[in-house]
Amino acid sequence: MDQFIQQIINGISLGSIYALIALGYTMVYGIIKLINFAHCDVYMLGAYIGYYCMTFLHLGVVPSLLIAMILCTLLGVLIEKIAYKPLRNATRIAVLITAIGVSLFLEYGTMYFVSPQVRTFPPHIVKSMSAGIKLGNINLTFMQLMIVSVTVLLMVLLQLTVKRTRIGKAMRAVSLDVDAAELMGINVDTTISFTFALGSALAGAAGVLVGLYYNSINPLMGLLPGLKAFVAAVFGGIGIIPGAMIGGYFIGMVETFVAGYGYSMYRDAVVFAILILILIVKPAGLLGRNVREKV
Amino acid sequence: MVKQLNKKALIKPLALLVTFFIVQLLIQFNIINYYYQDILATICINIILAVSLNLITGFTGQFSLGHAGFMSIGAYACALTIQRVPTVYGFIAGVILGAMLAAFAGLLVGLPTLRLKGDYLAIATLGLSEIIRVMFINLDSITNGAAGLYLQYRFVNWFWLFVLTVMTVVLISNFVKSSHGRACISIREDEIAAEAVGINTTKYKVMAFMIGSFFAGVAGAVYASYFYFIEPNLFGFSKSIDILVVVVLGGLGSLSGSILAAAVLALISSFLQSFAAIRMVLYAVLLILIMLFRPGGLMGSRELSVAMLVELRKEAIAWLKAMPAKVLSAVRSITKGTGKHGGDKSASKGRFEG
Amino acid sequence: MKLLEAKKLTKSFGGLMAVSKVNMVINQGELVGLIGPNGAGKTTVFNLITGMYAPTSGTITLFDGSHGKTIHGLKPHKICNAGIARTFQNIRLFKDLTVLDNVRIAMHCSVKYGLLSCFLHLPRYRRDEQRIIDESIELLKIFNLDGKMDELARNLPYGEQRHLEIARALASRPKLLLLDEPAAGVNPAETAQLSEIIRKVRRLFNLTILLIEHDMSLVMKICERIYVLDFGSVIASGTPDEIKSNERVITAYLGEDAIDA
Repeated sequence: MDQFIQQIINGISLGSIYALIALGYTMVYGIIKLINFAHCDVYMLGAYIGYYCMTFLHLGVVPSLLIAMILCTLLGVLIEKIAYKPLRNATRIAVLITAIGVSLFLEYGTMYFVSPQVRTFPPHIVKSMSAGIKLGNINLTFMQLMIVSVTVLLMVLLQLTVKRTRIGKAMRAVSLDVDAAELMGINVDTTISFTFALGSALAGAAGVLVGLYYNSINPLMGLLPGLKAFVAAVFGGIGIIPGAMIGGYFIGMVETFVAGYGYSMYRDAVVFAILILILIVKPAGLLGRNVREKV
Repeated sequence: MVKQLNKKALIKPLALLVTFFIVQLLIQFNIINYYYQDILATICINIILAVSLNLITGFTGQFSLGHAGFMSIGAYACALTIQRVPTVYGFIAGVILGAMLAAFAGLLVGLPTLRLKGDYLAIATLGLSEIIRVMFINLDSITNGAAGLYLQYRFVNWFWLFVLTVMTVVLISNFVKSSHGRACISIREDEIAAEAVGINTTKYKVMAFMIGSFFAGVAGAVYASYFYFIEPNLFGFSKSIDILVVVVLGGLGSLSGSILAAAVLALISSFLQSFAAIRMVLYAVLLILIMLFRPGGLMGSRELSVAMLVELRKEAIAWLKAMPAKVLSAVRSITKGTGKHGGDKSASKGRFEG
Repeated sequence: MKLLEAKKLTKSFGGLMAVSKVNMVINQGELVGLIGPNGAGKTTVFNLITGMYAPTSGTITLFDGSHGKTIHGLKPHKICNAGIARTFQNIRLFKDLTVLDNVRIAMHCSVKYGLLSCFLHLPRYRRDEQRIIDESIELLKIFNLDGKMDELARNLPYGEQRHLEIARALASRPKLLLLDEPAAGVNPAETAQLSEIIRKVRRLFNLTILLIEHDMSLVMKICERIYVLDFGSVIASGTPDEIKSNERVITAYLGEDAIDA
């Protein structure tokens, strides 16, 4: 029983991270139908920015988190402006290949500048974060508390932005119909940039949190979590914000449980098998509506 | 008329034979040394992979991100066969077995997932190839797990590389030109219309998927035998992406494009070896630049032909002639400080108000 | 002699009854019109007959002589191979392929060679491909498109795209041809030409035709029988003259007030 609860706690923590990254994928996909492969590298850079803030600027966790979010926002917008915007009218697969190019650029560019070596965060911060509450055999660390609370806070903020603000309304309009939105006087370019900004900020936060949680970062750390976060987004129904959250938590849980009960070698396979099952049963994802092409 | 046709039909095989013997001689005299032979092998394997993926993605329009998974099946099947029968016959059996198993996997994967469209299919195939990879890691009693398999002998030489590559290209090109191939193309163009004119779209999607997987299996087998070391992580997500990049770069729906791109990319990548540290960065920049300036790939959906080269020459001349004007207008727009997009928008606004 | 019979054909999308209990008979060799106001469910009837949708209830039977075969719920390609071809309201050509390829693709079901011949380009392949090309060109000649067979379909003028779509439908050698608004967006001169073509192909191919059309002059001129659909139900059927004077039809088209005035 204790182990079960412990797994749930671990699963929620991991799921929070996946959810944060998945949100970026899902928003960008919802608005320009692009699998933004570079998203996982924004997350990786978030982790590095956090690392440098804490190690060299000796900042605390919260200021580092904020700085990482801000810089990642800028980076996301920059990527969109330079690489994706000129291809607004190109085929989707051309944009996809560009996204792969950007992703490779960020990964190997980072590798060039900071070396492929694995880094760890300053011990005193890691130590303070991994302290926590012990209830019998169950461990709840500050780190986990922080991951969950930061995630929930950011998700609430995101929901408010999307549902209550003007730009949020514009985002929803553009994701439904770009041309109609443009005719209604919405500045589509600004809206798309804003979507990238939001997604990248969340990815930056996730990067710092993961870096601290696992206490190991490297330039290729984004690959697998990025893939799984994307799976989470598809699982929940891509383009749907609550879907990404549910998907993130679900994938996090599944992975933790499979690993926790001794099948850690198979955990990636299980995640993908579930994804394929969902797609076959419900092709548009858990919350997605199956739109039929009109004949 | 008949004689002319025969002459034309002879040119291609003749050209191929000549190419084969020239390269064979160059290898014999060690002008093409081991280093270049490796590049040659990479090019051939990439051609097989790209041409077969092009059938699935470029011609049939089914977005697959799992080609490396099928390749790995061919590679393991061939490697395991060669381990047991270390002769050239073992190698041939391995290639056939690997290709058949890969095609069978293609069938298994295709039947349920090909109902999915576009990006969803891409993600499902990506997931399946990851599952295959994890399986190979975990079946360590057979596959030696993550450590991989070493082979003692290399049976693939230039002869086999050449024969298998040419065979793949010819067979797929013949398929694409047939009625069955046109059925696949019609699915890419408009699936609903294809159904309406009597094409069993499910059957042809699965068929394209199986044929594509079959040749991916061939490529895997050749890879295993040439480089005599394989491990599951060689066939991960990034390998699938590499293949897709070749296909898109060459042009979706252009076989000669795939061949060209496979060669160009292998050469670029080996040229960049001397800048090892920033090799991948440059590669990425090149990729982005090519997509920004030629989003349809090098060849679009056209095939290389003499007529096309003539046209290309004309186009290039026209382009060069238009260059000064282009530069001028670009300079002008920069100095004015208005982007192209802004200009477009105000124009369309005017139309609506007027 | 009956060629196609629909009994109590019904299709609902969620709560919406798009087509409800439609009974319809089309006889061998007839040219039947299907008219009705926008949203009456005409195209849905086409989609049900051609298998794009499976009916919620009801049956569709295709007759071959006295032998009837139920076809509802079959996949579209099976229905096409059974002998029913169609065009689309919003033209669905293979736009980036040539005119010739558009027609050749639709000849797919008549292809006799198998995969082996196709991979190796055996003599059987060459013979059959030549036959397909010859037959396609014959077909294109009827529509005066043989001179443009190497052009991309997207580059044809609108009227010719409509013609090409009919040619493509004919390439699968149907017994029954369904035309969905062939005169939509076409100018009067082209409409006249269109009715000429419809007559011609009907004669040449011994065709039965079901036609959806809003251009009443065309419908009244060429159709022998007409079904009128409103809110998913058949409200009238008969010869053009009977339909012209039918009060329910006038009401459906012009509203209640039209009768009083």
